[in-house]
Amino acid sequence: MTAAETINAPHRMSEPPFMRWLLIGIALAFMALFLVVPLVSVFAGALKQGFGFYFQTLRDPMTLSAIKLTLIAAGISVPLNCIFGVAAAWAIAKFDFRGKNVLLTLIDLPFSISPVISGMIYVLVFGAQGWFGSWFSDHNIKIIFAVPGIVLATIFVTFPFVARELIPLMQAQGRTEEEAARVLGASGWQIFWRVTIPNIKWGLIYGVILCNARAMGEFGAVSVVSGHIQGLTNTIPLHVQILYESNNIAGAFAVASLLTFLALVTLVLKTWVEYKNTALRGTAFTPVPFGKKSN
Amino acid sequence: MATRQLGAKKLRVLPGFKLTLGYTLLYLGLIVLIPLSAVFIKTSTLTWAQFSHTVFSPQALAAYRLSFGASFFAALVNAIFGLVVAWVLVRYNFFGKKLVDALVDLPFALPTAVAGITLATLYAPNGWIGEWLAPFGIKVAYTQLGIFVALTFIGLPFIVRTVQPVLEDFDPELEDAAASLGANRRQIFWRVIFPTLTPALLTGFALAFARALGEYGSVVFISSNIPMKTQIVPLLIMNELDGFQYARATALAVVMLVVSFLLLLSVNALQWWSNRYNTNNLA
Repeated sequence: MTAAETINAPHRMSEPPFMRWLLIGIALAFMALFLVVPLVSVFAGALKQGFGFYFQTLRDPMTLSAIKLTLIAAGISVPLNCIFGVAAAWAIAKFDFRGKNVLLTLIDLPFSISPVISGMIYVLVFGAQGWFGSWFSDHNIKIIFAVPGIVLATIFVTFPFVARELIPLMQAQGRTEEEAARVLGASGWQIFWRVTIPNIKWGLIYGVILCNARAMGEFGAVSVVSGHIQGLTNTIPLHVQILYESNNIAGAFAVASLLTFLALVTLVLKTWVEYKNTALRGTAFTPVPFGKKSN
Repeated sequence: MATRQLGAKKLRVLPGFKLTLGYTLLYLGLIVLIPLSAVFIKTSTLTWAQFSHTVFSPQALAAYRLSFGASFFAALVNAIFGLVVAWVLVRYNFFGKKLVDALVDLPFALPTAVAGITLATLYAPNGWIGEWLAPFGIKVAYTQLGIFVALTFIGLPFIVRTVQPVLEDFDPELEDAAASLGANRRQIFWRVIFPTLTPALLTGFALAFARALGEYGSVVFISSNIPMKTQIVPLLIMNELDGFQYARATALAVVMLVVSFLLLLSVNALQWWSNRYNTNNLA
């Protein structure tokens, strides 16, 4: 059998070299046109008016306050969705209960909702005409067109990221290691910190990287709940829009280059984590429904 | 159900079931389910006549047509080129392959607003790409074609990332068997390889289509947002929100949510189909 395989192997058919290079050429041309050219043009646009203007735009108080708000929104939403992701994965992977598939579908829900609608739902709940709008305005608490609304919208759009990395990972790992620790007398938290966390470490880091990228880059949902008040309710993507629409194109691209840099760092980190843990490959941002096992 | 849970509890060795499931449901309810139900409750305050007047208005119908059309063609283009990219990445070796593979996810990692202003600038009549098309009378930015370009950009990774793992798992012995039975390369591709890729290809297509339907950030800059001409559904909803027409916005949102839900169902069905396919292959 092995002998036959080695004999057969060199004869395995592939496309003729002409076809191979044609396909590689088509793939690279498509990637270059749609990905590389836009990428290069961001930095070209950012530096169009020179380094002086570039750094002046980045040091502008309005830019700095946008950066600060983006860091606040990501700084709150990523840890909260992390805690949720770990809790959901623990419940789903370590126990059997009815309605698990429904729960999995519901966790995925925010992925299939338009960002505009994601922002709108919070306006309906907390806005001036919304359910709790009058209660909050009576107590002088502003949620919509203010920072809390931006944080809520960010939490919503990044809701599934950590959970959907951890759930399949923990399901694949099973519960035998934790059960063994339990039988040996470990407490719940000891099991969690000493057995589970080391096992899911890379999945958790992976989820955090993806969650953070979306949290910092979210535009549509945040746009609905932000009042677009410069210096107060402007995140980095919204600031890009304001600069662009006020015809400060070089300024818009200068700020956009920060987000592009973030995207490139995200891709590098993502590739590095995939290299560290090959099981995570291909699950990145593509919301393929749960239950898919690539054997 | 209660007895079932009690019965199962005997077997539970690990702690934390109530805590973690309770927290999961609470957080899911507060962040997702309760706010989302507001869309349906707000819409239910409309009479049927008001509802249909909003969702079947000429402006809404034009927006659906454009959203579905542009999303469909964008997903189609991605299905063709995505398959080529996935094929090349799995089957061939060339310089810079790892880099190309990592770059495929750029449309997900790049914030949509950045994609939006970049594409609008590139395809404007004086942009890097637009200036080559302008002499032929092809206008991309601020036209329906521009919306198609933006939706193609954001949907690019879906097909590659759904097809790639299936192609990697494909057993080359099947190709050898087909070849030994006298099939030529084209027959092997269309009769042996392509059928196993179909579920993944359709899944990727549906995901790219669904994403394109809801897309806002990358389109808003390249579209001129003219009603009946270059206004997709999310832009129309945004216009209604800006005019504080919340009931109209939620009525349109209900239509969108129902469509997304149907797409989600079809993706799940495709997934089930492809899993069955894989099991059959193993057997």
